Amino acid sequence: MLKNPYRLSDLLMTITVWFSAALVVGAFFWLLSDLALHGIAKLNWSCLVSAPENAGRDGGIGPILVSTLLILGVALLMTIPLGLGTAVYLSEYSSGALARSIRMSLDVLAGVPSIVFGLFGNALFCIWLGLGFSILSGGLTLACMMLPIFIRSTEAGLTAVATEWRHGAAALGLTQAAALWHVLLPAAAPAITAGLMLSIGRALAETAALIFTSGYVDRMPDSLSDSGRALSVHIYDLSMNVTGGDQSAYGAALVLIVLLVVINNVAASLADRFLSQRITTS
Amino acid sequence: MMHDTKKLLSCAVLPTSYTLSDIEQGAACCVPIPHIQVENLSVSYHGKSVLEGVSLDINKGCITALIGPSGCGKTSFLSTLNRLTDLIPGCHMQGRIHIDGADVTDPRLDVLALRRKVGMIFQKPNPFPLSIRRNIEMPLREHGLSQRSAIDERVERALRDVGLWEEVRDRLDAPALALSGGQQQRLCIARALALEPSILLMDEPCSALDPIASAVVEELIQRLRNRYTVVIVTHNLAQARRVANYAAFFWMTEHVGKLIEFGRCQSLFDSPSHDLTAAYVTGISG
Ligand SMILES: Nc1ncnc2c1ncn2[C@@H]1O[C@H](COP(=O)(O)OP(=O)(O)O)[C@@H](O)[C@H]1O
Ligand SMILES: [Mg+2]
Repeated sequence: MLKNPYRLSDLLMTITVWFSAALVVGAFFWLLSDLALHGIAKLNWSCLVSAPENAGRDGGIGPILVSTLLILGVALLMTIPLGLGTAVYLSEYSSGALARSIRMSLDVLAGVPSIVFGLFGNALFCIWLGLGFSILSGGLTLACMMLPIFIRSTEAGLTAVATEWRHGAAALGLTQAAALWHVLLPAAAPAITAGLMLSIGRALAETAALIFTSGYVDRMPDSLSDSGRALSVHIYDLSMNVTGGDQSAYGAALVLIVLLVVINNVAASLADRFLSQRITTS
Repeated sequence: MMHDTKKLLSCAVLPTSYTLSDIEQGAACCVPIPHIQVENLSVSYHGKSVLEGVSLDINKGCITALIGPSGCGKTSFLSTLNRLTDLIPGCHMQGRIHIDGADVTDPRLDVLALRRKVGMIFQKPNPFPLSIRRNIEMPLREHGLSQRSAIDERVERALRDVGLWEEVRDRLDAPALALSGGQQQRLCIARALALEPSILLMDEPCSALDPIASAVVEELIQRLRNRYTVVIVTHNLAQARRVANYAAFFWMTEHVGKLIEFGRCQSLFDSPSHDLTAAYVTGISG
């Protein structure tokens, strides 16, 4: 029936592709429904705002949510300007040995296990800079982990922007800053957003690096120099150290996933607002 | 498309402006006042020389065509005139270029001011991914024009200059990238003209366009004569003949581009003094 050998290979190809896609989607939904099934019972509004009790078995995750957002906020405040600056430097200003060594260091850093960042952050921020176990230390440590991802992805986006626009802008006597602001950064916005999302994902998932820097304390933080427990640390603690904490762990994990989705959407729409909307493609 | 066709027809009924004799006798243009003076110019990429010993004067208000095979350094030559070579990694130029008496190769030169005075049109139309209006407005603002009415006026004048106004006046806020190739190229010319340059460099401005759009742009280039000093690279010898007052013929010898012959367009095509020129001109056009 299948006379043409190409048809058979096409068929195999189609099946393989569909199967792979279905597998990925299936795994995601399995994980999600497992979380939802176990966790949804635990969730309600009061649990989002109240403090944990009995080592997290009861009560809520209010202070933990606040700490998580504060740590992420500190990390983003560091990552975005520093990352954009470095990416612009790499793609627009330099082509020499310095750039090569920066790129190499970033690629190595991106692969360094997070526990190493934890120890480094502890030594640098907590001890040497005297910030102690604090939200600030945790956020700065996370920034160190996010920067490599964010910079490389932004740089790739900028490099991919057509040189024609770069030359066109220069030929009009525009400054490099104007070209970047009006044309190049907006055109690279999708890559910048993608980099931002990947780094936020890495930050929210981080446990090891935070245990050593922002610590365990599950009280509501008063300031950035207070220790604060991040959601991922909370989940880890509940499932590894607290007997009978599984239910709460599921609940917290579900919140974490929802938080990730929400923050990603906010980040995407902000990037769209500030970058993409200033350009108009067809 | 309708518009383009009409344009083509309208330039078909104006054949006189294309004839060589008309250009040769052309009164106001071609006052032999050198606008760009190039002396012993060489260009190299990563130490490899691609253009050597080019000396020529480009006259004010005239159209000068650069012809020659691909790779002989025409684009490189053009890019030295507005120092776009600064942007190209590994590119180095030597020699002297004077524009309005100022030394272009001077490292202390205000390059932004130079580039404002010397506009450039590229082979591939490169409007920014902005609206039609913003494409012209943004460079104006960056050069310090901030008054709304003044900007609007310049935008309209530039678009009228390139014959695009009637076509886009109702959709100035539409994306420039949605325009056709020919319209994009005219927008790029308008964008350059809005800055009121005195020199326009055009690198094969029609080669990415269909014949009709190409004819429209060519007609536009004709109209730039006298008002601007135009240096245009073209592979279309017939086009060079039609539009240019002067022609420069580049050729590669041993992988290095050289200026072989430079002179009045008519004499370069009809009675070339160099064998290579004769071969090239007849070989392709005949
Ligand atoms: N950015 C560049 N880097 C290295 N070599 C280049 C670059 N641009 C052009 N060249 C070389 O310089 C020579 C002249 O190129 P070009 O000026 O583009 O010629 P043309 O415009 O006449 O076709 C060619 O051999 C080309 O390979
Ligand atoms: Mg070229």
